[in-house]
Amino acid sequence: MSETGQNTGQNGLVLAADGTPLKKSLARSLRVEKLRALALIAPLLLFVLFSFIWPIGEMLFRSVDNRDVGEVLPKTVAVLKDWDGTSGELPDETVYKAFTADMLVAIDAKQHTKLGRRLNYETSGISSLFRKSGRKIKKLDLETDGPFKEALIKIDKKWGDVETWKAIQTHSVKYTDGYYLAAIDMQRTPEGAAAQSEDKRIMMTLFKRTLWMSMIITGMCVLLGYPVAWILANLPARSANLLMILVLLPFWTSLLVRTSAWKVMLQQQGVINEVLVWLGMVADDSRLVIINNQFGTITAMTHILLPFMILPMYSVMQTIQPTYLRAAKSLGATNWTAFWRVYFPQSIPGIGAGSILVFILSIGYYITPEIVGGAKGVFISNRIAYHISSSGNWGLAAALGAILLAVVLVLYWVYDKIVGIDNVKLG
Amino acid sequence: MAALTPISRKPFWLVALVVGLFGGFIGLFVGTANGNGPMGVFIGAALLIGLAWFYIYVLKDERAGRGITFAGLGIAGFAAAGMPGLVLGAIFGAIGGWMIYWMYEGRYRAYVPPYLTAGQVLWHFTFRVICGAIFIFLITPILVVLPLSFNAQDFFTFTPEMLRFDPEGYSLKHYRDFFSNNEWQRSFKNSLIIAPIATIISVTLGTLAAIGLSQSHVPGRRAIMAILISPMIVPLIISATGMFFFYSDVGNWLEGLGLGKTFVGYVKVVLAHAVLGIPFVIITVTATLVGFDRSLTRAAANMGADPVTTFFRVQMPLILPGVISGGLFAFITSFDEVVVVLFVGSASQKTLPWQMFTGLREQISPTILAVATILVFISVCLLTTLELLRRRSERLRGMSPG
Repeated sequence: MSETGQNTGQNGLVLAADGTPLKKSLARSLRVEKLRALALIAPLLLFVLFSFIWPIGEMLFRSVDNRDVGEVLPKTVAVLKDWDGTSGELPDETVYKAFTADMLVAIDAKQHTKLGRRLNYETSGISSLFRKSGRKIKKLDLETDGPFKEALIKIDKKWGDVETWKAIQTHSVKYTDGYYLAAIDMQRTPEGAAAQSEDKRIMMTLFKRTLWMSMIITGMCVLLGYPVAWILANLPARSANLLMILVLLPFWTSLLVRTSAWKVMLQQQGVINEVLVWLGMVADDSRLVIINNQFGTITAMTHILLPFMILPMYSVMQTIQPTYLRAAKSLGATNWTAFWRVYFPQSIPGIGAGSILVFILSIGYYITPEIVGGAKGVFISNRIAYHISSSGNWGLAAALGAILLAVVLVLYWVYDKIVGIDNVKLG
Repeated sequence: MAALTPISRKPFWLVALVVGLFGGFIGLFVGTANGNGPMGVFIGAALLIGLAWFYIYVLKDERAGRGITFAGLGIAGFAAAGMPGLVLGAIFGAIGGWMIYWMYEGRYRAYVPPYLTAGQVLWHFTFRVICGAIFIFLITPILVVLPLSFNAQDFFTFTPEMLRFDPEGYSLKHYRDFFSNNEWQRSFKNSLIIAPIATIISVTLGTLAAIGLSQSHVPGRRAIMAILISPMIVPLIISATGMFFFYSDVGNWLEGLGLGKTFVGYVKVVLAHAVLGIPFVIITVTATLVGFDRSLTRAAANMGADPVTTFFRVQMPLILPGVISGGLFAFITSFDEVVVVLFVGSASQKTLPWQMFTGLREQISPTILAVATILVFISVCLLTTLELLRRRSERLRGMSPG
C-alpha cells in the first residue's frame, strides 16, 4: 500500500488488493464470470442438445440410412457387387449360395421380413416374396441341398427374375438418396434416378398443396388481420384493451377446442348448415359441403392462425404516428393516397413479420387438417404422420421431415433478417 | 370520450335511408326463414321507415319511441315465434329504436372529427362494421361451443328446445359423462401428471439458463440462444418425428435397466414436453431480466449474503412474475400438446388432447364439447393471471399499465 492510496508495483503496474497485476486480476475475474454463466446455462443446453437437437440429427441420419440390406445380407451384397444387372442374365450360383446362407441367419434372427418390408418400399411384391420364401428356405441345408439356384427358383419363380436381384443390388448401398427421391415422386432404379410411376405420384401434389394452401391462409390472415390491427392500434387504450381480449381469448384457447368448434360448426348437421337451412337459404337436401375439403382446412386454420397475424401487425402499427396521416391529408392527399403512400408503407414490417410467422406455422400443421381437411385438404405433415404410425416407412417420413425442416429454416432465416428472432414476443 | 363535433338534426330522407337498409337487411333473414325473402325485405324496411316517420313527426318523445319499438317488436316476435321470437324481436326493436334517434339527432357525428366529409363518415362506420364482423368470426367458434355443451341431446346443433330456452333442452349430462367416464378421467389425470412435471423441469432449468444468459460476458450467446429457442421454431410434426425415433431407443434402454413400462412411458413424454416448454421460459425470463437492476445482487453480496441466498431472497422475488408467466406458457404448451405425445407416448399415457383428438377423428361424442368448455374456462383463468402479472411487473418498473 502506498501513501497515495494507489496500488502501484515496482515496475509501475497497477496492482489489485492482493498484489497481482490488475490486468491479470481482471482477466481472472472475467474468466470466472464466464465460467459461472456457462455453468448456469450448461444443464439446460445439454438437455436441449441431448433430447432435441440429437433426435433431429438422428432423423436426418435416418433419411439417408440404408444399412438394413447390407447388415442382413452381408455375403450376398459382397458377391452381388460383381454382377452386371444390365446384361439380363441371372447371377450365378455363388450369389444364390451366399444369399441362402445369409437368409438362414436372417430367418433365425427374424430379420428377413423386416428386409422384405424395406425393399417393398421400392419394388412392391418383394415383402410377400421374402415372407413366403422364408418358411421354405428355412428347411434348406447349406451343405447338402445345392445347387441353390434351382432350389430357390423352385421355391418361388421370382428368384429367377432379374428384377428381384437388381432391386437387392440397387438398394445394398449403405447410404441412399432413395428416400429423398421417393419424397419428390422419383425412385432409384439400377439405371439411376427416374420418375415414379403415374399412379404413385402423390408427394409433389401434397407439397404443392401445402405451399399453396399455406399461402391462401396467410393471405386471408393479412386481409382479416389488417383492419383489426388497425382499429386496435387507433382506438383509445381502454376500448382497445377490451377488444384485445377478443383476439387473445382464441389465442389462448386450446387448439383442440378450436378445431372441435370448427368441426361442430362446419359439419353437415352442424351449426352453419342448420342455420342456413332454418333461414331457408339452403334446401335441406342440398346442404353445403364445407368440411373434409380444402374450404374446411382454410377456414379453420385462418381462424386459428389469425391472432399470430394480428399481434405482430398491432405492435408495428402502434408505433406509427397518426399525425402522419393528418399531415398527408392537410397537404392535399385523398384518403386513399394518404393511406397507400404514407400509412401502408410503414405497416409493411408488421405484415412481413406476421405473414412469415403464419406461413411457417401453417406448413407444419397436422391436427387441424387431419380433422377438418378430409382427403383433399391434408398437408404434407399428415403424410409424415401416416408413414410414422401406419405404413412404417420411417425413412421416407424422415426424408419428408428433413425437406420440410429445410424450408422452415430458410423462412426463419428470412424472418431473422427482417424482424430479428430476438424480437419474438408472447401475448 | 368527449364529443368532437357539435351535432344537429338530420333530414328525414337520410334517417329513412339508413333505418330502411337496416330493416330490410334483418327482414331478409326473417323473410327467407318464412319462405319469402323479398317480402321480408319490404316489410322490414317499411316497418322501420314508418316508425321513424311516426316518431319524428307525430310522437316527438324519444323515451316513449324507443320503449314502444323495443316492447312492440318483442311482443310481435313472441306472437309469431314464441320465446326465440321474443328475444330476436326485442333485440331488433332495441337496435332499431336506438338507430332512428341516433340518425335523426345526428349523434353519429359527435365522435368523429368535424372536418370529415359525408363519404368519410360513411367509411368510418362501414370500417367499424367490417371490423365487428371479423371480431365475430374470431369469437363465434368459442361462443358456439359453450351453450352446445349443455345440450340435453347428443346433437351438435341447437335443438328447438334450446332455442325456446326450455330448461328441458339443457342438461349437465355431458359434464357428468366427462367426470364419470373412465377413459376421460384417465386422460385428464395423465394430463395433470405430465404437464406440471414437464413445467417444473423447464422452469427450473430455463430460469437458471436465462440468468446465465443475462450475464454480461457469455461466449457464443447468439448460438446458445438459437439452440435453446429451436424447439419453438421447428414445426411440431418434425420434432415429433425426431423424438419418435429417439425415444423409442431411450425407452428400450430404460426398460432394459429394469424399469416398468408405464413409468418409462411417462418419463419419455415428460422429457419431450419439457423440451417444448423451454423456449417460452427462456424468452419470458430473459425479457424480465432485462429490467432487473444488477446492483441489487451486488448490494446483497456486500451485506454478506452468499449467492444462493441472494438468488432466493433478492433476485427471485423480483423476477417471479416473469418466471410464473413463462411457467404458464410451458404448462399450456404441454397441456395442449397432442402431436408429440401421439408419437412418443403409448396408450397408458393418453392425455386429454389425445383423447379429444381420437374422439374427433373417430366417433365424435358431445362430451368433447363439455371438455372444450372446461378448457376454455381454464384458459380464461390463465389469461387473467398473466394479465395481472403483467400489470404487476409494469407497476414495479414504474410504468402505468397500458
